[in-house]
Amino acid sequence: MRKIKEFIIEKLILVCGLASIFFVAMIFLFLLKEGMNVFQTVSPFKFLFGKSWYPISEPAQLGILPLILGSLLVTFGAAVISIPIGVACAIYIAEVAPQNMKEILKSGIELLAAIPSVVLGFIGMVTIVPWVKNICHLPTGLSALSGSIMLAFMAMPTIVSIAEDALYSVPKSYKEGALALGATHWQAIHRVMLPAASSGILAAVMLGIGRVIGETMAVMMITGNSAVIPHSILQPVRTLTATIAAEMGEAVVGSEHYFALFAIGIVLFIISFAINVTADLFLHKKR
Amino acid sequence: MIPKITVNNLDFWYGNFQALKNINALFKEKVITAIIGPSGCGKSTMLRVFNRMNDLVEGVRTTGEVLIDAENIIAPDTDLVSLRKKVGMVFQRPNPFPLSIYENIVFGEKIHYSGTRRDKLDGIVEESLKSVLLWDELKDNLNKSALSLSLEQKQRLCIARLIAVKPDILLMDEPCSTLDPQATARVEELMRELKNNYTIIIVTHNMQQAARISDDTGFMLLGELIEFARTEDIFTRPKDKRTEDYITGRYG
Repeated sequence: MRKIKEFIIEKLILVCGLASIFFVAMIFLFLLKEGMNVFQTVSPFKFLFGKSWYPISEPAQLGILPLILGSLLVTFGAAVISIPIGVACAIYIAEVAPQNMKEILKSGIELLAAIPSVVLGFIGMVTIVPWVKNICHLPTGLSALSGSIMLAFMAMPTIVSIAEDALYSVPKSYKEGALALGATHWQAIHRVMLPAASSGILAAVMLGIGRVIGETMAVMMITGNSAVIPHSILQPVRTLTATIAAEMGEAVVGSEHYFALFAIGIVLFIISFAINVTADLFLHKKR
Repeated sequence: MIPKITVNNLDFWYGNFQALKNINALFKEKVITAIIGPSGCGKSTMLRVFNRMNDLVEGVRTTGEVLIDAENIIAPDTDLVSLRKKVGMVFQRPNPFPLSIYENIVFGEKIHYSGTRRDKLDGIVEESLKSVLLWDELKDNLNKSALSLSLEQKQRLCIARLIAVKPDILLMDEPCSTLDPQATARVEELMRELKNNYTIIIVTHNMQQAARISDDTGFMLLGELIEFARTEDIFTRPKDKRTEDYITGRYG
């Protein structure tokens, strides 16, 4: 009797454990099944590198290059802003800040992570957008730059907390060894601790970027949503995610447009999967 | 002989706990001085006063005088960078940086002088590794990670890394405690050789080690320096009852 009970519990846990893998696989298969249909009307090459996205014109033009570039541009901008600030913040928390300051900063960053993205988007709309408009003398502040600034705020908590963790787990003996050789605190940090924590910091950066590229709501609200190939960071852009969110409601089920949105989903899935796998590789290299 | 380090009325507190009580001692130049005593007697703490490593701990307080070459290094305005350049430390657990062997050795040179030419760095690496007898073993693998070395090699590398900075004084905090007996013997041999050029202070748990390699020995107990004398005197004619009890193994 006891044995049967053990057996049942064991199998039950096993099923729960496998469920997540099962769900991911099913989601991917579903995306694939729906998304692949679009390639009956447009070749994969034309889909990925086509320069115009006019899904409801006749005939529909389904090139997602402007969307990919839009996503990349916003992500790149967000990375440029958030990586230096995030890593510097992590160094400050892990190495420089006194204990009480550390606690305050850490909870502040947790709070930042807890703000719903739609709220961040809303705040961005009423603060960053007019600000970008005035400073850069633009006709509209709804631009890739505004989106980048906003998304940088979203990537920061991930980058800071994981990078701080990586720095914290560098053995104290490395720092002691460096100081005992006459290194200054900063020399110990950048010559020994940062290299020792580099794989963890890279993973932090990758996960931060992963968060940015998958973000939808805030970008949709402040990037302007025009599906043209951007020539500067001050132009309005539209990202992959915002396209799906904005158009899925209107697309006729079973139409080319509908399938194309699923195919965009596949592209996004592959991008974030690749980023996560890379981050994982870095994290495991550390051990 | 002029003392290299003079310690006068040294007291040291961790918060409210007094870890060193009125220490007075003279450490001679180019001599190996061993500090022995049971765990928690303050021997490592004293060592860490000499290069101010205790500053890393919060809430510590030091009073008294520690003169190194006639300069009181306890003074708050002491330049820690030049102090630590002069007074190097080898730790209990070998702690090479997670960099290549080469980078480990040139670390000191790079932090103290920027833009040293490559051929000079190469020279430093060769000279330092030769002085710890690692050159022949490692000369073809200088770009290998230092973490891939054996424990003994790591500890030798840490000594080489230190020598590259050209210190006067080597503080060694139980440098052999993680090594096997053969490796310990070889590191002790190395220390005897280094004695010609450096003032060495070694903290050790191992009384036989102190007897084997040191010229002077200090015995510490509960934060006090009980006895400080020539090693052979300490081990053959200890003056204090407590020293005698410790070296004959009655406690510790």
